[in-house]
Amino acid sequence: MGNKQTTFTEEQLEAFQDCTFFTRKEIQRLHGRYRELAPHLVPLDYTNNPDIRVPLTLIVTMPELKENPFRDRIVETFSEDGHGNLSFNDFVDMFSALCETSPRELKTIYAFRIYDFNRDNFICKEDLKMTLNKLTKGELTPEEVSLVCDKSMEEADLDGDSKLSFSDFENMVSKAPDFLSNFHVRI
Amino acid sequence: MCDLMMMSSSDSNSDSEEEESLSEGEMAQLLEEVEEKKKLIATIRNKPWRMKRRLVDLKEAQEFVDKFEGALGKGKGRKWFAYKVMMKKKWIKFQRDFENFRTACIPWERKIKDVESHFGSSVASYFIFLRWMYGMNLVLFGFTFGLVVIPEVLMGLPYGSIPRKTVPTPDQDTAQDYSVLMDFNGYCKYSVLFYGYYNNQRTIGLLKFRLPLSYLMVGIGTFGYSLMVVIRTMAKNADVGGGDGDEGEFTFAWKMFTSWDYLIGNSETADNKYASITTSFKESIVDEQENQKDENIHLRRFLRVMANFLITCSLGGSGYLIYFVVKRSQEFANRTDLSWYEKNELELIMSLLGLVCPPLFETIAELEDYHPRIALKWQLGRIFALFLGNLYTFLFALFDEVNTKLEQEDSIKNASIWAMKEYYANYTLMLNGTDSPIPPMDPGDVIRGPCWETAVGIEFVKLTVSDIQVSYLTILIGDFARAVIVRFLNYCWCWDLEAGFPSYGEFDISGNVLGLVFNQGMIWMGAFYAPGLVGINVLRLLSSMYYQCWAVMATNVPHERVFKASKSNNFYMGLLLLILFLSLLPVVFTIMTLPPSFDCGPFSGKVKMFDVIMETIDLDLPAFLGTLFSYAANPGLIIPAVLLMVLAIYYLNSVSEAYQHANMELKKKMQMTRDEEKNRRNNTDSTNQVMKDLEDLLPNRSLMPPAPPPQPVKKPEPEAKPTKTRPGTAGKGVNLQRDVTLASPNPNARGPVSRPPGPRGHGPPPGAGPGRGRGRGRGAPPR
Repeated sequence: MGNKQTTFTEEQLEAFQDCTFFTRKEIQRLHGRYRELAPHLVPLDYTNNPDIRVPLTLIVTMPELKENPFRDRIVETFSEDGHGNLSFNDFVDMFSALCETSPRELKTIYAFRIYDFNRDNFICKEDLKMTLNKLTKGELTPEEVSLVCDKSMEEADLDGDSKLSFSDFENMVSKAPDFLSNFHVRI
Repeated sequence: MCDLMMMSSSDSNSDSEEEESLSEGEMAQLLEEVEEKKKLIATIRNKPWRMKRRLVDLKEAQEFVDKFEGALGKGKGRKWFAYKVMMKKKWIKFQRDFENFRTACIPWERKIKDVESHFGSSVASYFIFLRWMYGMNLVLFGFTFGLVVIPEVLMGLPYGSIPRKTVPTPDQDTAQDYSVLMDFNGYCKYSVLFYGYYNNQRTIGLLKFRLPLSYLMVGIGTFGYSLMVVIRTMAKNADVGGGDGDEGEFTFAWKMFTSWDYLIGNSETADNKYASITTSFKESIVDEQENQKDENIHLRRFLRVMANFLITCSLGGSGYLIYFVVKRSQEFANRTDLSWYEKNELELIMSLLGLVCPPLFETIAELEDYHPRIALKWQLGRIFALFLGNLYTFLFALFDEVNTKLEQEDSIKNASIWAMKEYYANYTLMLNGTDSPIPPMDPGDVIRGPCWETAVGIEFVKLTVSDIQVSYLTILIGDFARAVIVRFLNYCWCWDLEAGFPSYGEFDISGNVLGLVFNQGMIWMGAFYAPGLVGINVLRLLSSMYYQCWAVMATNVPHERVFKASKSNNFYMGLLLLILFLSLLPVVFTIMTLPPSFDCGPFSGKVKMFDVIMETIDLDLPAFLGTLFSYAANPGLIIPAVLLMVLAIYYLNSVSEAYQHANMELKKKMQMTRDEEKNRRNNTDSTNQVMKDLEDLLPNRSLMPPAPPPQPVKKPEPEAKPTKTRPGTAGKGVNLQRDVTLASPNPNARGPVSRPPGPRGHGPPPGAGPGRGRGRGRGAPPR
């Protein structure tokens, strides 16, 4: 198109296009969105790969994420330090994994990591309880909560160790009709 | 790009001494590695790695490929190889640029995103479908406009030059009236919008453009293109479907992990969603605890039969009503003093039926008491039957009309031929043998045939237009007026209008999608007789997008409960495909069997419409193609081809059945193994009777003291867990890993740490050892 943009070099843009599901324009737009979260922090010129991270508290104010009950977990999952501070690479990675063209397998892996609150690579009872409480905003009684968690565990746990490994989770989610259309963020 | 050539050639220069040292095997290995790296580059975005790692790996892989790909081509083919590589790179870059351009061209991204964040993914799926339809119609419009309308306008004869292009003299003073134009008579009827305008000259203009052939090809090509596009989209959606899980298999798990819609960005919608999820959980809990109430099954069956009977009656009634109205409109055609209602009665009735019957079906369906998802399916099926029945009744009635017109035409044709013969006879008589020119008659005065194709085209255009009007009015009154009343009357009304009776409307997804699908069916049917219809549809879809987006944001509230009709979008695509075939039938039938009008349209004068193709083959194509086609059309060739296709279908069907069977068997096997694992872990007893009997034969366990040996075997298991799942970080667990693999071949064998082995009875006695081993052995095969 001929517009001189100085945010990224050509190689960087090509590399991003290879590594994500985005086109050039979308990547530049993403940079704009990233920058507007913290304009004093994020430089306009990314050609020398500055190591800047935007904190969690600013990322979850984005309109795409602010109503999501799992926003903290999502941002933590994609952050390198595990505390939710995203560099631009992580930021792009997050939206690429959650976009419409991202394949089912990739989304399943990230969904598993998001719902695994204690990060032990299993979804245990506690993780289920936390998920449920976030989903219902504490409207269910404790008996109902534990009943639902027990039933979910029973349904999905194939090897009977009362926690869900990735293969259990994947087996359950792959058959879900709504998973792909619901687990999708448009940016 | 030139750098690459330089590099590869310099590399190959330096490598030329080493070339002899690169053996075949090494070449093959190098080739394999390069292929692997290329594959990695292509799929790197699908890997669940951190972006940094991806970037680093990508760079490495690209450098590797660049370095060694040049070295692979050697000998004479080197330059050609390097050239091939460069072309491939250019091609990939071109594809990427094209993709970028295409994505930038997609309209209405912002609008759809707004709708998504306010209403969730299901409502937005309607707008995405609408956008897709708009794209398809735009392409069809391009074909029709570019290959049929523009040539006729630019290179054909202008308006008023020949009879078919001129308004008949008696009608000329009313031809510009608004009411006449609204009926698509007058100037509208004798314009490029309709079939009758087109001239039947074999070639027109300097370019010798074959208009009749192009008309026929565009008509067929419309269906071909639509078919291709629909099937391609269905295939793309098919792998999104998610397999064949049973309805109730994972109810709670699915609700837990897949119910939140990540597209929601509006706090009100989010609150709504929280409430609906909570309600859904509570309902499932109640269902779980209650275990189907034992209802009066006879009453339920009776009610269902009665409901179906009522609905069949109403379907039949609506079909008869349409037939009756069409017959009446035929009578009206002979009168001239018609009120507005009588002129548009047919279209109004059809649109009103489409408006009134679906809610009627819904109320009758309350008798049936089905689960909402099943009720939705029944509802959609019934609406489908309603629309289909109406459309086909309309078509049959139209067909009757066409037949009467054909008879009329015969008489007029004979009359006009007779008149021409008389004129020529008189002329030669008067002027003694000179060549008689064409009778000098004003084109407006010539006797016209009834031109049934244009009449059919007019009917379809009127139907589409009235459909548009009714749907826009419905939105205006049903949604907008309702919202205004609820909002403003609420201040002075006794009960809360917003929460209580009328409240704000919800967006009817399935009704709107079906409406869109049927509208498209009508366009497909009518496009052959009215080339302008596709243009009208494009305008309609464009305005619909803006209008409905505004209406949904301004007057609708998010759904309380959402039930999707099917597991994937393919349900509606399947409907579209069905409608495509059903609209193809009448058009193909008329092309093949009905004779075209003798004085209007591009096929006038021919016996059958497809004679144009025969003519082209005879006159334009080389002779051998003609003989080739005549052989291909031979029944002796076609019948075996059809038989072959039938056999192929049968074979593929039986193969797929065999696969399904094998699939079921494997599933059962997996389920059985898992059940065994569970039982082995949770109880002492196996549910498998054979295993139970065998275990009973073992010596009595309670007589044996619990021995320590199992402890070291059990303890490593929990600690080995982290190492098992992160193979790369086998720090502490290295020594234990071997023990664990020996002791428990089953990777998921993690016993509950909290429970001591003793009470479980698994343990210590040597007698149990072989049993355990057997259990372990049993555990091994599933891996």
